[in-house]
Amino acid sequence: MVTVQKRPGGAGVRRLRNTSLQLKIVMAVTGAISVLYLVLHMIGNLKIFLGRSELDTYAEFLRTVGEPALPYSTLLWIIRVVLTVSIVLHIVSATILARRAARARPVRYAATPKTPGSYAARTMRWGGVIILLFIVYHILDLTTGTLNPNGVGGAVYDNVVSDFAPSRWYVTLFYTLAVVAVGFHLRHGIWSALQTLGHSSGARRHAQKVTSTVIAVVLTVGFLAVPFAVTFGLVA
Amino acid sequence: MRLTLKIWRQSDADATGTMVGYQVDDADEDMSFLELLDVLNEKLILSGDEPVAFDHDCREGICGSCSMVINGHPHGPQKATTACQLHLRHFRDGETITIEPWRAAAFPVIKDLVVDRSAFDRIIQAGGYVSVPTGAAPDAHATPVPKVHADRAFTAAACIGCGACVAACPNGSGSLFLGAKITHLGELPQGQPERDGRVVRMVEQHDAEGFGGCTNTGACTVSCPKEIPLDVISQLNHDYIAATSGRGRIA
Repeated sequence: MVTVQKRPGGAGVRRLRNTSLQLKIVMAVTGAISVLYLVLHMIGNLKIFLGRSELDTYAEFLRTVGEPALPYSTLLWIIRVVLTVSIVLHIVSATILARRAARARPVRYAATPKTPGSYAARTMRWGGVIILLFIVYHILDLTTGTLNPNGVGGAVYDNVVSDFAPSRWYVTLFYTLAVVAVGFHLRHGIWSALQTLGHSSGARRHAQKVTSTVIAVVLTVGFLAVPFAVTFGLVA
Repeated sequence: MRLTLKIWRQSDADATGTMVGYQVDDADEDMSFLELLDVLNEKLILSGDEPVAFDHDCREGICGSCSMVINGHPHGPQKATTACQLHLRHFRDGETITIEPWRAAAFPVIKDLVVDRSAFDRIIQAGGYVSVPTGAAPDAHATPVPKVHADRAFTAAACIGCGACVAACPNGSGSLFLGAKITHLGELPQGQPERDGRVVRMVEQHDAEGFGGCTNTGACTVSCPKEIPLDVISQLNHDYIAATSGRGRIA
């Protein structure tokens, strides 16, 4: 016979402000927005291979698009606000979920065999922290120009070339580590978002995992092409 | 077979437990894992010691009572096998085997290897049922069920509620259990009237019990003795979004 008891204290259902599933849905949607941005960002970066004027003109276009109907930099600021809100929501949800997970599983097992689940799945949280630190550095480097050796507003090509100069190999190395972390994050994240939004199934799972991996690899290669091309002298 | 067992011993819910080593010299490779514990317990009782408390009932792999983490694997390393159906032939002579209870805040240890899984019962109470007003039994063919739906419902209904998914999950999430129940009832015509309210209430109860959120690592399905597939969690998410996005009817 099954006896169902109330918990001691018997308050019944303690309502949380948000269910874990709602937080996961927030993470999936904000993650998707970030991935869309990354695709556009990568395409923009690759214009460096078309030459200085192509890249700098594109950067100027992003600021002047919509003029004179819209003020200077309107589109850019809309994108920045949407992205910032997305990333803040993504991180806040992840933090709440990680804290709940730690509370839900307070005692470790004495025997710990090889953990099932991919490396990408297991490194989502710390990988995310690395990516956040990188974003902060990246904005100070190539958006505000504070940490850039050239740091001239609008001179995108020159800023990038001086940033990844062979003598600054450690910057290229840090970018490489961060972009690879993004790649791993997306490999699990894209599929995980599809699952969270209820679009996965037994029949589709394999194709979705392959698609996630392909997108992750394309973005990783696309983003690393620029610093490597500069460091190894293909772009100067 | 000679086996060394390292077993979690905890005298009651409030006590501090510890791993204790035992030697079993007369184990047989044809014994089930629970029979190994029976043999150990007979020895402990004869020597005046407290036997190891563990949950068991049918010993046929269908009741979901046995619950122990063997060498770090819920129900042991054998795929699609409950602890009671795990035989010692899968272990080596002289091996040291670590036996621990399910580890999750929502499944507090009562004694030794026994945990309180009534959190699952309360989740079922919250919505894991269909309301069937009594009356004459309807004709069996009165409500047609397409084969694909029947098959998927049956696969999900194989869940025995043992809690291995929670024990395996790095987040202590019960999502595979939830997904199995949601898919089982949601695939059948009888489950439709309460479908939207069911998923919302069960998810809220799941969270209130202190289970964590799913990160889609897939550790649960690897440990599941009934091989419940991961897509039931996608179904759970799908139904939850449908029920809470204004498209659903909340009972």
